[in-house]
Amino acid sequence: MQTHISLDVFRYRPEQESEPVFQRYEVPLRKDWVILDALNYIKDQVDGTLSFRWSCRMGVCGSCGMMVNGTPVLTCASFLEKFAPGPIRVEPLENFPVVRDLVIEMSDFMDKLKKVKPWIIRREEEEKSPATEYLQTPSQLADYKQYSMCINCMLCYAACPVYGLEPGFTGPAAIALAQRYNLDNRDQGQQERMELLSADDGIWQCTFVGECSAVCPKGVDPAGAIQRYKVGGAGDWWKSVLLPFGKGS
Amino acid sequence: MENLTIKEKRPKKYIRPMPIFWWVHRWVHIKFIARELTSVFVAAYAVIFLLYVRSIGRGPDAFADFSERLRVPALIVFHAVALLVLLFHSITWFNLAPQAMVIKIGDRKVPGVVIALLNYAGWVVISAVLAWIMLHKQ
Repeated sequence: MQTHISLDVFRYRPEQESEPVFQRYEVPLRKDWVILDALNYIKDQVDGTLSFRWSCRMGVCGSCGMMVNGTPVLTCASFLEKFAPGPIRVEPLENFPVVRDLVIEMSDFMDKLKKVKPWIIRREEEEKSPATEYLQTPSQLADYKQYSMCINCMLCYAACPVYGLEPGFTGPAAIALAQRYNLDNRDQGQQERMELLSADDGIWQCTFVGECSAVCPKGVDPAGAIQRYKVGGAGDWWKSVLLPFGKGS
Repeated sequence: MENLTIKEKRPKKYIRPMPIFWWVHRWVHIKFIARELTSVFVAAYAVIFLLYVRSIGRGPDAFADFSERLRVPALIVFHAVALLVLLFHSITWFNLAPQAMVIKIGDRKVPGVVIALLNYAGWVVISAVLAWIMLHKQ
């Protein structure tokens, strides 16, 4: 029976090398170990210089996303056994600049996230006092709940070739999050977000590769969110053409 | 001493290049590119079809002449290939439809399978009507 498995880990130490290299590590192949356990074993026992991000170990914080054998996954949710006999290739998330080893620079995503205004927007005159509740039925909650499950792990950006080719693209998670608020009955910011997302770097960049939804660990389906947005955007455009006097809401 | 800001002191980030053949490594990407390329056949067929329609406007002789020209083997092969490619395009399109369309009746969401089936049904009905018109014209 196989007792060990090899990991080919992407190493980039800017003070030492200008091009990344792959370093092979042998780790025990334990039934209950995920890739993140293997990386922590390497860091603790073999090579303390290896850098990577992680936090919760339970698929909630979204910080341990990496490319494993070419697919973006949460390393805390990917068992070593699944990749036996190995070797397993571990790389930082695609489409992002690499800061060091498996650590990527995520500020582009953070900026885009802010840009879509992922919060409840109310028209000023309809703002209720802070003491008043905005009511919502279970069915209204169900309309957007799926999109609210996003943990900002950026696996969808790593899976999206459009983002790789056009770094300006707002991207799957940010658009799905915009949709999360658009579909919330308490929100009134649809028009504001639509202006931003129907611009050049918005929804129309998406060519529906669909991989963002395939890799999403939370079943958010960003690809679906973007296509729904396109249907809505096209509908709005037709309304504005066909109904010159009545603005579609 | 060098007067560098903190940002300038940061080590250089590595940006991985995206090769032109990025899509050849994974089956899903190959399928995606194949689907994108079907648009070439869609466009080519549309051009031929529009020229055909134009020939109708130019009178019976022009129409007969164009029909005759369409019978060359190369164009028959093109039409056969275009049919297959368009079928692939249409089927993948209809399978994706439930992701883009969310329809609610009252508080209930219409299941994706139903939306896909309705799309297929519409496709069959429209095709049948067109076939009927074509066959009864002659």
